[in-house]
Amino acid sequence: MSSRTARPPWMERPSPAYTTARVFVFGMILIAVLYPFVSVLSTSLASQQDVDEGGGMVLVPLHPSIEAYTSIFQGGVVSRAIMVSIGITLIGTLLSLAVTTGLAYGLSRPVLWRKQLLMLALLSLLFQPGIIPSYLVVKQLGLLNSYASLILPVMLNGFNLVVMRQFFMEIPHELIDSARIDGAGELRILLQLVLPLSGAILAVIALLYAVFYWNAFFQALLYLQDSSMWPLQLVLRQYVIQGSPLPGVTAYAAPGGSPPPTQSIQMAVVVVATIPILVVYPFLQKYFSKGVLTGAIKG
Amino acid sequence: MSRAITFSRARPLAARAEPSLIQRLKRDWVLLALMAPGLAFLVIFVYLPNLGNVIAFQAYLPFLGFSSPFVGFENFRQLFAAPAFWSAVSNTVVISAMQLILYFPVPVILALMLSGLVNNNVRRIIQSIVYLPHFISWVIIVALFQQIFGGAGLVDHFARAIGLPAPSITNSPEWFKWLMTVQVIWKEAGWGTIIYLAALLAIDADLYEAAAVDGATALRRLWHITLPGILGVTVLLLILRLGNILSAGFEQILLQRNAVGPQAGEILDTYVYFQGISAGQYAMAAAAGLIKAVVGLALILGANKLAHRLGQPGLIS
Repeated sequence: MSSRTARPPWMERPSPAYTTARVFVFGMILIAVLYPFVSVLSTSLASQQDVDEGGGMVLVPLHPSIEAYTSIFQGGVVSRAIMVSIGITLIGTLLSLAVTTGLAYGLSRPVLWRKQLLMLALLSLLFQPGIIPSYLVVKQLGLLNSYASLILPVMLNGFNLVVMRQFFMEIPHELIDSARIDGAGELRILLQLVLPLSGAILAVIALLYAVFYWNAFFQALLYLQDSSMWPLQLVLRQYVIQGSPLPGVTAYAAPGGSPPPTQSIQMAVVVVATIPILVVYPFLQKYFSKGVLTGAIKG
Repeated sequence: MSRAITFSRARPLAARAEPSLIQRLKRDWVLLALMAPGLAFLVIFVYLPNLGNVIAFQAYLPFLGFSSPFVGFENFRQLFAAPAFWSAVSNTVVISAMQLILYFPVPVILALMLSGLVNNNVRRIIQSIVYLPHFISWVIIVALFQQIFGGAGLVDHFARAIGLPAPSITNSPEWFKWLMTVQVIWKEAGWGTIIYLAALLAIDADLYEAAAVDGATALRRLWHITLPGILGVTVLLLILRLGNILSAGFEQILLQRNAVGPQAGEILDTYVYFQGISAGQYAMAAAAGLIKAVVGLALILGANKLAHRLGQPGLIS
């Protein structure tokens, strides 16, 4: 392929007016997407002086400091919430991946009662349970106020199941048949043949689950009464959106300096909660550009 | 969805009696064991709660659980008599409709603009940036929007600088519905392009060349080739969206309802949450949730039927 541009010979060059308009529109879109992130990062690094001078709005912190970050890591609340979020994300992702893979693989094979089981799985997409009955089921199971309630009730995503099954369906039958003829059992076929071929889909589904668990706050709000168990997103809601003070977080001032403004501390929590997403995002992006998901969406 | 089921198991050519259930269980137990956790999840956390909707017809008592006494449609009668319920319904429909009308065309247009970029590197960079907000949590997005539209944000700052009263958008009931719509566009419009871009890629490039050779202008090619090419997927997404007309973005609005109060900020899902979980009116809240689910299902099936009438494949064939 040609290096950068691939304009077919029959396509006319766009007029200068059109090109200008397009650059302008894309420029506006990029600013609209990126500005909030820049604003949050700058504010988290700002000193009281910057906030006062900017009337609350900081675009470039002239007196940058990392005291806001020192403050939130001093009081245990944010650090603990980060540990909770990391734990839920890791365990949840592993469990979800295992459960989804098992069900998707089984449904891709000519298994006993396959038609009925497939129906059971697909209909669940149409019958999403309501908030109240879900809450009552979790309560009856005795899972209220447990970390399990953040994972078990949302362990399997129907969309991910369908995408994964579609992928398994496209593995050539001949491959699996020949393994069977050679005497491999179903478990061995899955572990030694199918999964090694499915690296890309496993990675993308794992990343989607991880992003989901990291971002989730509603399960915690619904099922956890004890605020000391809260994950980061819920702490963020309490402290930043509702503006309630965090117990144990006191503005920490370096010797001779003034304590960081509340706004900076709030935005520092936002930055901390966003970083993991920004870290995994390039990996997700890599798979999307390969079309791992788009093919499945069409199917 | 209606993919043909192909049996891959090698079968002897000679007719043989179907294996008995025991034999098949013996053969398939490994697969069934692999599927068991997922199936257990579906039964316990999807189907059981759906059955749990019976409490909508009961006078729910926490110590009796799902075996509370039946009261017929009493909960629904009370619900329909509550002005707060109707206010929530109306807010839901208005916000949903605004999100539908104002959001829906944006990914289509954005996808068309992106596919018009012939420089692959530029396109990939723009794509990476516009997909990003989809992966940011609602909690963070609400915080970002407060940072810009709140009292200390860019908008109020600018208004004060030119001597206007600061609108303080995040706290004002009049702006609430617009804010909800803009947030959805900001978060999902970029990601929404992905499915249209896939549909655009699937269009045969020879069609464009042939049309261009025949003298069709870019606008005519758009009208006669591109738009028909993405019509199917557009209808499909429209059906899905219509089925969700009673969900106007639960997490998003739950986070922001308190800033403007229930009059402007209550939707059906938050009504269910606050009635049920906060006020303990489980049965009435479950009734509201059940209405939402039934209407949603009816809408999605109805829209699917309409799509068939119009000659589109739709969602369920």
